[in-house]
Amino acid sequence: MPVEIDIAHVARLARIDLTPEEATTLRAQLGVILEHAARVREVATEDLPPTASPVPRVNVLREDEPEPSLPVEEALRNAPDREGDRFKVPRITETS
Amino acid sequence: MSELCDQDGATLSAKLTAGEVSAVEIVRSSLERIERVDPQLHAFLTPTPQLAIERAEELDVYRSSGAPLSPVAGIPTALKDVLATNGIRTTCGSKILEHYVPPYDGTAWTRLSGDGAVLVGKTNCDEFAMGSSNENSAYGPVHNPWDLSRVPGGSSGGSAAAVAAGAAVWALGTDTGGSVRQPASLCGVVGLKPTYGRISRYGLIAFASSLDTVGTFTRTVRDAATLLSVLGGNDPRDATSLEGDAVDYTQGLEDGVAGLRVGVVAEAFGEGVEPGVAGAVRAAVDRLEGLGASVGEAHLPHADYALSAYYLIAPSEASSNLARYDGVRYGFRAPGEHADSVAMMSATRGAGFGAEVKRRIMLGTYALSAGYYEAYYGQAQKVRTLIIRDYAAAFEGFDVLVSPTSPTTAFAIGAKADDPMAMYLNDIFTIPANLAGVPAISVPCGIDDAGLPIGLQLTAPVRDERTLLRAASAFEADLGLQFRPPLLAA
Repeated sequence: MPVEIDIAHVARLARIDLTPEEATTLRAQLGVILEHAARVREVATEDLPPTASPVPRVNVLREDEPEPSLPVEEALRNAPDREGDRFKVPRITETS
Repeated sequence: MSELCDQDGATLSAKLTAGEVSAVEIVRSSLERIERVDPQLHAFLTPTPQLAIERAEELDVYRSSGAPLSPVAGIPTALKDVLATNGIRTTCGSKILEHYVPPYDGTAWTRLSGDGAVLVGKTNCDEFAMGSSNENSAYGPVHNPWDLSRVPGGSSGGSAAAVAAGAAVWALGTDTGGSVRQPASLCGVVGLKPTYGRISRYGLIAFASSLDTVGTFTRTVRDAATLLSVLGGNDPRDATSLEGDAVDYTQGLEDGVAGLRVGVVAEAFGEGVEPGVAGAVRAAVDRLEGLGASVGEAHLPHADYALSAYYLIAPSEASSNLARYDGVRYGFRAPGEHADSVAMMSATRGAGFGAEVKRRIMLGTYALSAGYYEAYYGQAQKVRTLIIRDYAAAFEGFDVLVSPTSPTTAFAIGAKADDPMAMYLNDIFTIPANLAGVPAISVPCGIDDAGLPIGLQLTAPVRDERTLLRAASAFEADLGLQFRPPLLAA
């Protein structure tokens, strides 16, 4: 059975505006892909430890030495909108 | 007719060192080939001919002083357009980065260019490296030089096609689920995915961080070894970079496979594998046995679950990595007035991402969302443990494993474009190596009845690229075929 998904909710979480056609197509496609993906549960037993990284490295540290940082103009080179030395964005509202 | 750009890196480097050719001559040969074939292939998104000539001229001046040359010096090199290049736009095959110009070079390119390699251009790819056919590029598909109506594979299809067609002598790509090995197989070139962490990812635009690996496209195994010798070695700017300095992988490359234990992956010859592919791979195994290797049957019993695990892990990590494209820092913002920042971000992402990228971000967002995390991502990570254990058990009995790289040869453009699951199955033999972090290589091993190249995949334990390259080199030498696409015969 394909998995049922609340596409509008997931699109909101993902911050992607979908057209109604995209939402319909994705709902069907993701349902099928997730049905296939859910097969992992057939073998993922309780006692198995999860693996996050295939070749894990721990406590990778380097000396904390000051280095020149990216100049402001370089950092802002790709900004679609700016004000002075800052990235400019539309109003940020409360999400209540 | 074979021109300079059709030769391998080792041959060109020897001629350059001997003073038989200049770097400018080599680079011009490659640039002329791009002009000739790229209108048909569309392998390049941003060719860099002027920079290439300037760089080659500088190198010829340096060379005339008699200074020793690195084996990569003067060699025309292409980079997949997911690798950041200072001052040269880097699009990831996406509209959302159409005008993004990075302010720095990634480490892989810094190391190659520092040794004198010459960039001839940035190559086309599936958007954010998500795809197996290159049809997901926002700038149009790449065509396979062996048959222009077919895909080159993906996601690094532009790099594979460029090397196959002589437009570059070698190229870098990235491999998250097979994106170097599968296009190498479909285009008849050598594709190396080293151990996870072997090549620094600083400056690689992230897709799935626990899987992404920088890899190489070359015409010979020796060239792959040469590139890895320059690209390897710890980079303090990448916390996942393996410890230790770079080593010379060309040492011992020709020591042969006598006594090497070769395991044939039994699970990789089932349903969906074209008979021509299975036959060529079995013939390759016979060849290795003839060279003195001992051959047996190996098993990866959980390989059947690797695809399922991959399509939870990779999209989950992608949904997180691609959250940074918010219309604020990387060039593109959806036009018009926006009520607030969230509306601006959602409109920008809706307009800037293509269908496959949206599909994977949505999939990953769902798999990581409250109430589903443990059921999907958590379970997939457990399967990953099983895959790693499978390899550990197999490598107790064998030094290298062999299988087809891809179940099929190059398929027609459009054939699988509307069926994501059918497309995902292309990577069924390449994905397990990414989940386990082990090094793997695709080497051309034959031509099918339709005249299309077939790839043999060899896999070795974590950190053992030396054995992997030695086995691949022995096979390549024994086969002794030149893989040259018909596009160049005209």
